[in-house]
Amino acid sequence: MCGIVGLYLKNPALESRLGELFEPMLIAMTDRGPDSAGFAIYGDEVGEGWTKLTLRHPQASFDWAGLAARMQADLGVELDWFQNANVSVFKVSSDEASLRAYLSEQAPSVLILSVGQSIEILKEVGLPEQIAETFQLRKMKGSHIIGHTRMATESAVTMEGSHPFSTGMDLCLVHNGSLSNHNRLRENLKREGIRFETENDSEVAAGYLTWRLRQGDSLQTALEHALQDLDGFFTFTIGTRNGFAVMRDPIACKPAVLAETEDYVAMASEYQALTTLPGIENAKVWEPEPATFYIWERDA
Amino acid sequence: MSNETNWTSGLRESATFDRNTMAEIRRAAETGIYDIRGFGAKRKLPHFDDLLFLGASMSRYPLEGYREKCNTSVTLGTRFAKKPVVLDIPVTIAGMSFGALSANAKEALGRGASIAGTSTTTGDGGMTPEERGQSKTLVYQYLPSRYGMNPDDLRKADAIEVVLGQGAKPGGGGMLLGQKITDRVAQMRNLPKGIDQRSACRHPDWTGPDDLAIKILELREITDWQVPIYIKVGATRTYYDVKLAVKAGADVIVVDGMQGGTAATQDVFIEHVGIPTLAAIPQAVQALQEMGMHRKVQLIVSGGIRNGADVAKCMALGADAVAIGTAALIALGCNHPKYDEEFRKIGSAAGFYDDYQEGKDPAGISTQDPELSQRLDPVEGGRKLANYLRVLTLEAQTLARACGKNDLRNLEPEDLVALTVESAAMARVPLAGTQWIPGQGF
Amino acid sequence: MKSIDLAVAEVRELNQALHDQASECLEREWEVLNPKGQHNLAVGIDQNLSVEVRGHAGYFCAGMNKKAHITVHGNAGQGVAENMMSGTVRIKGDASQAAGATAQGGLLVIEGNAGARCGISMKGVDIVVKGSVGHMSCFMGQSGRLVVCGDAGEALGDSLYEVRIYVKGEVKSLGADCIAKEMRPEHLEELAELLNRAGIDEDPAQFKRYGSARQLYNFKVDNVSAY
Repeated sequence: MCGIVGLYLKNPALESRLGELFEPMLIAMTDRGPDSAGFAIYGDEVGEGWTKLTLRHPQASFDWAGLAARMQADLGVELDWFQNANVSVFKVSSDEASLRAYLSEQAPSVLILSVGQSIEILKEVGLPEQIAETFQLRKMKGSHIIGHTRMATESAVTMEGSHPFSTGMDLCLVHNGSLSNHNRLRENLKREGIRFETENDSEVAAGYLTWRLRQGDSLQTALEHALQDLDGFFTFTIGTRNGFAVMRDPIACKPAVLAETEDYVAMASEYQALTTLPGIENAKVWEPEPATFYIWERDA
Repeated sequence: MSNETNWTSGLRESATFDRNTMAEIRRAAETGIYDIRGFGAKRKLPHFDDLLFLGASMSRYPLEGYREKCNTSVTLGTRFAKKPVVLDIPVTIAGMSFGALSANAKEALGRGASIAGTSTTTGDGGMTPEERGQSKTLVYQYLPSRYGMNPDDLRKADAIEVVLGQGAKPGGGGMLLGQKITDRVAQMRNLPKGIDQRSACRHPDWTGPDDLAIKILELREITDWQVPIYIKVGATRTYYDVKLAVKAGADVIVVDGMQGGTAATQDVFIEHVGIPTLAAIPQAVQALQEMGMHRKVQLIVSGGIRNGADVAKCMALGADAVAIGTAALIALGCNHPKYDEEFRKIGSAAGFYDDYQEGKDPAGISTQDPELSQRLDPVEGGRKLANYLRVLTLEAQTLARACGKNDLRNLEPEDLVALTVESAAMARVPLAGTQWIPGQGF
Repeated sequence: MKSIDLAVAEVRELNQALHDQASECLEREWEVLNPKGQHNLAVGIDQNLSVEVRGHAGYFCAGMNKKAHITVHGNAGQGVAENMMSGTVRIKGDASQAAGATAQGGLLVIEGNAGARCGISMKGVDIVVKGSVGHMSCFMGQSGRLVVCGDAGEALGDSLYEVRIYVKGEVKSLGADCIAKEMRPEHLEELAELLNRAGIDEDPAQFKRYGSARQLYNFKVDNVSAY
């Protein structure tokens, strides 16, 4: 049960202001989700053959520099990194599988929040305002961003249970609603080799998409399958490397509103999260239809 | 064939296909519809009778029975409301609709509650002037159907109870069959006379706790933040539901266990959905304690409460008050033996009557028939209910004093032990004579 | 005209000021500035006031309205005019889901589109939508009239009771127990009057009427698949 917000810039001139435009949107959804908040921002892309990881360690004092140095030496890769609160972003001239294998072997206490060429996922327990402050959201740049504020229903209030959930390379998902068949589905997905960190229903939706995409589905096909296989109530927003997608379940009880101008497409659970966007007064504003996909992507 | 004959002839009844089961299969085969009935769960469940109090002797000192004070008053809705509800006794009357019950029965409930210094509650179908007039403290239910809902009555209420579910049917909507939709009921509900009424199971304009938070604010805005807002849930995933009700902004949470009654619901729902009241209370209290809200957001518990021992046990487990429905109707005369002959004419018997949906109640309570309704004198009924409420309170006080408490709310789980492993596990108190609480290690 | 600017005032102050007019009306004309999608604007009014909301409103705007005439110069969120008793609520833009839910009287005009479940469980209100309505509109509608000048989504009028529905455009599908009905002169007259009251210029002859088949009013075994 939560608030969702997303902002996709059509006008590249606004990219330097992405964080600044997005921060009030996230904070406006505090009442819908006072337990935890997070966002996935896309930008600062690494080149071909490189991988960008968002890594987290529970201890603020963790020696990221040491880990970076060891990785460079052990794997013989080029590596660039920076720290943001408990999280570090590593850009490495290597592939996902090798990096995952290395980290699980050499630094098992490090949690991988996202993997891709563009995505960074940042999330924490607490009020959206604190989380925006912790990560200095307003200073961030990028092409698009999706965020989430959480009112936990059944699973625990933890960083791991916060959204967005990574669903694969440069993909993530945020969810408002409550799934009713996620427990059985989680067991099936585990047998397919999908790993889960929590008892959270939304993580199962994310894991489901990861699995479908791994089977070779396009995003559109994966979402079509999700409509068949997920039971319960949901509004999803899915971040992709080039944009984002929005989908509601066939009953469509959980709210969603979209707004589009020449400069951007914005999505929120409630209109009040959109009021600070420039030119919103004249934007085209509408609600997504049930069981319908809305995908905005710029050409790769 | 009498039981005696069965015994001597060596006939053996199947435990799986017993007489009730066979009768139900035959009934289903005849009619093609599930059994709809009133009353609550009839199956045996772990209940308050499986708990015992540890009265004081040497290590604790009891209070003197009739002289030393034992407070029974309780204040509900202290979190946000400008005017919390103050009750003399912690036993309230649960929501029962005009429609399911006759106007006289509703009036009797209001009268009885007012004499005893407690609150009564409207139901699905709106507030009647009789009921408002006779109830000193009246809680107005806000239900998915919104039958009879209007802002004037909302502002007349002393508290608002947003109903998400009922212990007899968590996840299900209400029902009122056509037989009971008289002119007055139809008019109050804006429905044609004589048709089956289907009440929704979800509220029409919000879904989920995030939207509920906004709905609660709307109700507060309409009533200028004067009165408490209760949230009522049927006991199922109680630990989570209570946490979410607190997050959504409730002043008071009402948890109705599966023994709670109903006017008309599918039998399969009544018997197979929900958890016993006994199991729900510790879950609710744990949720409140973890949030630092126990006693700040008050907890009312209902579902199968019959006597002062039940009341005291609920409070010892952490409730601030209880609510009674079925027991209050029995106090008014529901299922009274003096109508046994008439009960038999409609295929039931005194003590077994549960076809509230048919509206033929010989006791004049669950009916809209003017002739039958006349049988219940609201003044006399109110007096009986008040008597019964006083007995519940006196009994609870007696037990509290015996445990050395000068306030009912000072009873605690440590004053209780359990007789069975099941009740020990559910109530989270030790099995009598041991220190063992099943499920909580050693 | 009294103006309340929600950029500086709280929603609580707005509603209290409007409620204070119930006992003694000192100001009939009100204007709300900078609503910015906030919830519960102008709820529970009990007086013949005129309220102009200059911008978008959040959830439950004009909830339980009595007597007042409220105009939203923008879009309205979920449950606009829910349980309205009387008066008029006019939305210049679109309305979100459950517009006019359980409303018992008065007139709700939506000049744009309405979302899902428009008029759910309506109990006597008249709703006129200039655009289209979403799925499950008028679900369990009990009484009143719903007029849709555009199209209707899936399962229109599911489990309908006595609401009369008029739709000019396409109906994606009818819900259980909802059927097309004959447009008799009294219906044309009723519709003309509703359109006129709503200030919408449409030809009543272009509309079709829908209502309850009344087959689910009392349980019948043969209808079991509809339950």
